Amino acid sequence: MKSVCGRVLSCLALAAAGMTTTSALAQGEVNVYTYRETKLIQPLFDAFTKDTGIRVNVVSAANGLEQRVRTEGANSPADVLLTVDISRLEEAVRAGITQPIKSELLDKVVAPRYRDPEGHWYAVSMRARIVYASKERVKATALNYEDFGSAGLNHKICIRSGQHYYNTALFAAYIVKHGEAQAEQWLRGLKANLGQRPSGGDREAARDVAAGKCDLGIGNTYYYGLMLNSAAQKPWADATRVILPTFKGGGTHVNVSGVVLARHAPNKANAMKLIEWLAGEKAQQMHADLNFEYPIRTGVPINATIAAFGALNPDPMPLSSIAEKSKAAANLVDKVGFDN
Amino acid sequence: MIAAHATGRPSLKRRPVLSPNRLRFGAIGAGAIAVGAALLAIAPLASLAVLAFGPTDDLWQHLIRYVIPPALVQTALLLVGVAAVTIVIGVGTAWAVTTFQFPGRDTLTWMLALPLAIPTYIVAYVYVDLLGFFGPVQAALRAPFGWKSAADYWFPSVRSLPGAILLMGLVLYPYVYLAARAMFQTQAAQFAEAARVLGARPLRLALQISLPLARPAIAVGVALALLETLNDIGLSEYLGVQTLTLSIFTTWLNRNSLPGAAQIACALLVFVAALILLERYGRSGRSFTAMTQQGARFSSRIVLKGPARFVAALACFAPVVLGFLLPAGYLVAEVIERGLLVGFDPGLIRPALTTVALAAAATLLVLALAFSAIAAARYLRHAFIDACVAIAGIGYAIPGTVLALGLLTPLVLVDEGFNAIARAFGGAGVGLIFAGSVAALIIAYVIRFLAIALGFGQAGFARIAPEFDDVARMLGAGPATLARTIHWPLIRPAIWGAALLVFVDCLKELPATLLLRPLNVETLSTYIYQFATRGSFEEGALAALIIVAVGIPAVLMITRHADARFIPRRR
Repeated sequence: MKSVCGRVLSCLALAAAGMTTTSALAQGEVNVYTYRETKLIQPLFDAFTKDTGIRVNVVSAANGLEQRVRTEGANSPADVLLTVDISRLEEAVRAGITQPIKSELLDKVVAPRYRDPEGHWYAVSMRARIVYASKERVKATALNYEDFGSAGLNHKICIRSGQHYYNTALFAAYIVKHGEAQAEQWLRGLKANLGQRPSGGDREAARDVAAGKCDLGIGNTYYYGLMLNSAAQKPWADATRVILPTFKGGGTHVNVSGVVLARHAPNKANAMKLIEWLAGEKAQQMHADLNFEYPIRTGVPINATIAAFGALNPDPMPLSSIAEKSKAAANLVDKVGFDN
Repeated sequence: MIAAHATGRPSLKRRPVLSPNRLRFGAIGAGAIAVGAALLAIAPLASLAVLAFGPTDDLWQHLIRYVIPPALVQTALLLVGVAAVTIVIGVGTAWAVTTFQFPGRDTLTWMLALPLAIPTYIVAYVYVDLLGFFGPVQAALRAPFGWKSAADYWFPSVRSLPGAILLMGLVLYPYVYLAARAMFQTQAAQFAEAARVLGARPLRLALQISLPLARPAIAVGVALALLETLNDIGLSEYLGVQTLTLSIFTTWLNRNSLPGAAQIACALLVFVAALILLERYGRSGRSFTAMTQQGARFSSRIVLKGPARFVAALACFAPVVLGFLLPAGYLVAEVIERGLLVGFDPGLIRPALTTVALAAAATLLVLALAFSAIAAARYLRHAFIDACVAIAGIGYAIPGTVLALGLLTPLVLVDEGFNAIARAFGGAGVGLIFAGSVAALIIAYVIRFLAIALGFGQAGFARIAPEFDDVARMLGAGPATLARTIHWPLIRPAIWGAALLVFVDCLKELPATLLLRPLNVETLSTYIYQFATRGSFEEGALAALIIVAVGIPAVLMITRHADARFIPRRR
């Protein structure tokens, strides 16, 4: 019994040790709140620490980090918020938890459309929302997003919940292109073309196409690379091929992951170093090779797996216009009963 | 002999055990704890309520037109379905193992509780894999028939409402099973034996004696299972079931309305209040107290013969297989196949230790709070204290993320208070002592799982006849003596049961942990989560297995103690 107590106590001590790391005053560290998965970003942070000697403390969550930073207020230990999806970046700015990142270096390597005009956010990587098409049943090699909602599509579509932000961003982009009324028609058409009720994640879309439940699965670019590199999921990717759809007269819908500098960042200098480092060639290459994302920095080669999809032509619409319409998109999803 | 007063004994108006002039520090302290527990539970709700007063413009028009009706229907169907599944499996198996003797009964008795050790979202992932197109079941079906594609045949989809109901039911039925079994084997035993002597058949006996007597316990078990169901996000999202709980999230994140989300969360509490009333109703009108503890014993079981014994064994084995052995076996297979043991990730040790430490700390706090509060209610017999105890359990009803969100503000307020004090004394700010440390997690767990310990505690105290208190009082025993000599020995099984359930629940907790954890703190659940969000949940199989493995001994002890400790040891 004593040894059990001892162990419990030592565990508690260990947990207590965990809490001391939040001390914001310590030198040589930077605190990152992120929606990105630890396993994915840890190699990046390890490389950053190796390069600079600055230790990176991380907390990753699924949602609510903006609210957490806002509530924590002036005492918040957060230096950097590393997030996915343009709407969340804009939301962080709206929540008043950011401060401008002033960096000539970043302005040089990140194209204007992948950063906030006032410097409140910078994109660090990019992904496209694409189609995993059945090799067996789909002959087409090119598709428009507009086709998804067409009664003459003759293919069943599988997709995750319409309320997932990957999808609300795509639907918002459609609103930007065609207006809300047409987008609603299109979304109804898309719902009619669904092979099953929306569920699962992006990989399930490929899995269901491979199973024959649908002919077209809608998902993000990097999942295809990840599936190819997973023994269990390779058959799903192998049964499909990637089509990069485009808007009629436009390009492919892309979304970004990006960074903001926290308003009360206690380690601002280190935070700036991390943000600039993330846009550096090494980090950009790691993003491309570890997670099959498109680098934001021009001149960094795209991973071969992703490059094999063909040249990506991102639609020229400003990303912030997508964020503006994302709420309208979410409302449309409700209105047409997309998930029901 | 146990005399179970099943006839609705009029409840006597009793004076407090302590006359006002004998109020001691202990009693005042216990009362203060009860009030403190209620305040703790109210804190996140209060901050939610403040959020709910924010402007929502025309949001509700939209919600009522498009979101709430389908979500309400799905939620109601899910709850009704899960209630039905957990009652059928939980009560059925509890009745079988307490009434009959059949091969494997002794083993099944404890195995039936094992699904408690498996987090619901893990079961969802496992079954989608197992029953999916590429899973072994469909593959085995395709081979003989020569089917090639999912279009060639029909197979029910796990990713559906019925799928969600079945999977939830399969992992949550042990709440009902444990509660019903404890009742069947003690309280109902005497009547059951009498009825059997008079020639009643087992089924009639079950319907007319055992079930009505066990109704309060079953209601408690079902209420717990349904509250768990309401709390779930992971399973329903993955299986595509649009519940009210999910709509809180979409309203907050997609419709960009935190006030709206807070309002739905508050409305959801109505559901919860209904569930709690259900539980109260189950308990009302009947008092099931043991007048004496001497000779409390299990009824002898009917020995099944012929094919019936195998039917009983199979029927009880099926939920164990589906709710535990299959998912756990799947995890083991994944761990072996992926070489997760050989290539053991040393990064897992720390999350494992953290998880156990946090769960242990939270469990101790929950027990101390809950049992002090209930003892206070018993000793002081004051309506205000009763109300505090009732309120203290409300946290179980709030979805983890919402609870976490609501908890942030009060924690930060307290922290700011500390900082102000530190600065007033000329010191530097001390940062976020609560909101920025594991304390936030422990507090969240305590609020979240207080209801379990309260439920156990109330049920445990309810079994002790108030007459004991009166007799002890007449003989001059003070509350301390009463607590030490009468209540403590009799309440111990309930404390054990509560401790283990709370511990297992803390191990599994994900949503509040995700949002509240401090920098660099990872638990087993968050470790699994990082793989699950990327759609490669199998890579977290070892962590999942550790949760299950740590949970198993706890579950075994719950079952063990539920048995042994109800029979007082003669000295």
